[in-house]
Amino acid sequence: MNCTDFLSQLTDYFDGQISPELLEEVRAHTAGCSHCEVVLNTTRQTIEIYRGNEVYEVSDDFRERLHSAIMRKCGQKASA
Amino acid sequence: MSAIQSPATEEIHPDVALVARAKAGDTTAFEQLVRQYERQIFRVAQHITQNREDAEDITQDAFLKAYEKLEQFQGNSKFSTWLVRIAVNESLMRLRKRKTSKTVSMDADVQTEDGAIPRDFAEWRPNPEQNYNQAELAEILRKTIQGLPPGFRTVFTLRDIENLSTEETAEALGLSVPAVKSRLLRARLQLRERLSRYFHKKEGQPA
Repeated sequence: MNCTDFLSQLTDYFDGQISPELLEEVRAHTAGCSHCEVVLNTTRQTIEIYRGNEVYEVSDDFRERLHSAIMRKCGQKASA
Repeated sequence: MSAIQSPATEEIHPDVALVARAKAGDTTAFEQLVRQYERQIFRVAQHITQNREDAEDITQDAFLKAYEKLEQFQGNSKFSTWLVRIAVNESLMRLRKRKTSKTVSMDADVQTEDGAIPRDFAEWRPNPEQNYNQAELAEILRKTIQGLPPGFRTVFTLRDIENLSTEETAEALGLSVPAVKSRLLRARLQLRERLSRYFHKKEGQPA
């Protein structure tokens, strides 16, 4: 496996959809290629850091507006 | 080295009962569903549109539309996936309307080779979560994802942030599974490359 082959397997690797044979090849490649090892580690960190940190928060003001709009709508439908 | 996997879909989701009650006219059940998913729907809309006002409008419209169309929800997919799909459609429509001169298409940005080949090969040390406070980190993550082409950040948002499966993402975006996979790879590599500019530096160096 070369670096290009490694990159082409990266999505399946992270999604746990890689065959055991290819997984072995990925491991063997990253054991001998420090660049791809870094790419693997930092790509994993990229995914984890976006998963683990709330980048956008709903404001309390909006939450209130949203719920009154929903309740208005529910009321309309109920009385229709 | 463990793979990052999406959790398996459970057989009977607790939303099924809430949706049934909402369909029967129980407004508190629908409100509960709103409460459960308002943050997720807002996040999706904000990630795609990159505009808070638009994201708030889209969130509200998506829930109102879902309420109107509740009868049409057959339960073939998860309720949350159905909601996300409504929000994605609304978001992409907004984006197209806003960018009158440039067409926003899920296919348009595939041409770019930017970030397809990794160039930064330094580990992130110290760990960014130790090196930045929550607000600084959120700002870096926002700025970084903003720079991705809309098609890439949409796929990344659905797959990696919201944990939809590749198939669910493909369905929500009207793309093939291979197209989702190729966009996801590009999105992950581009984000990694951009984040490396912040995180590979040692403490004390200017950003």
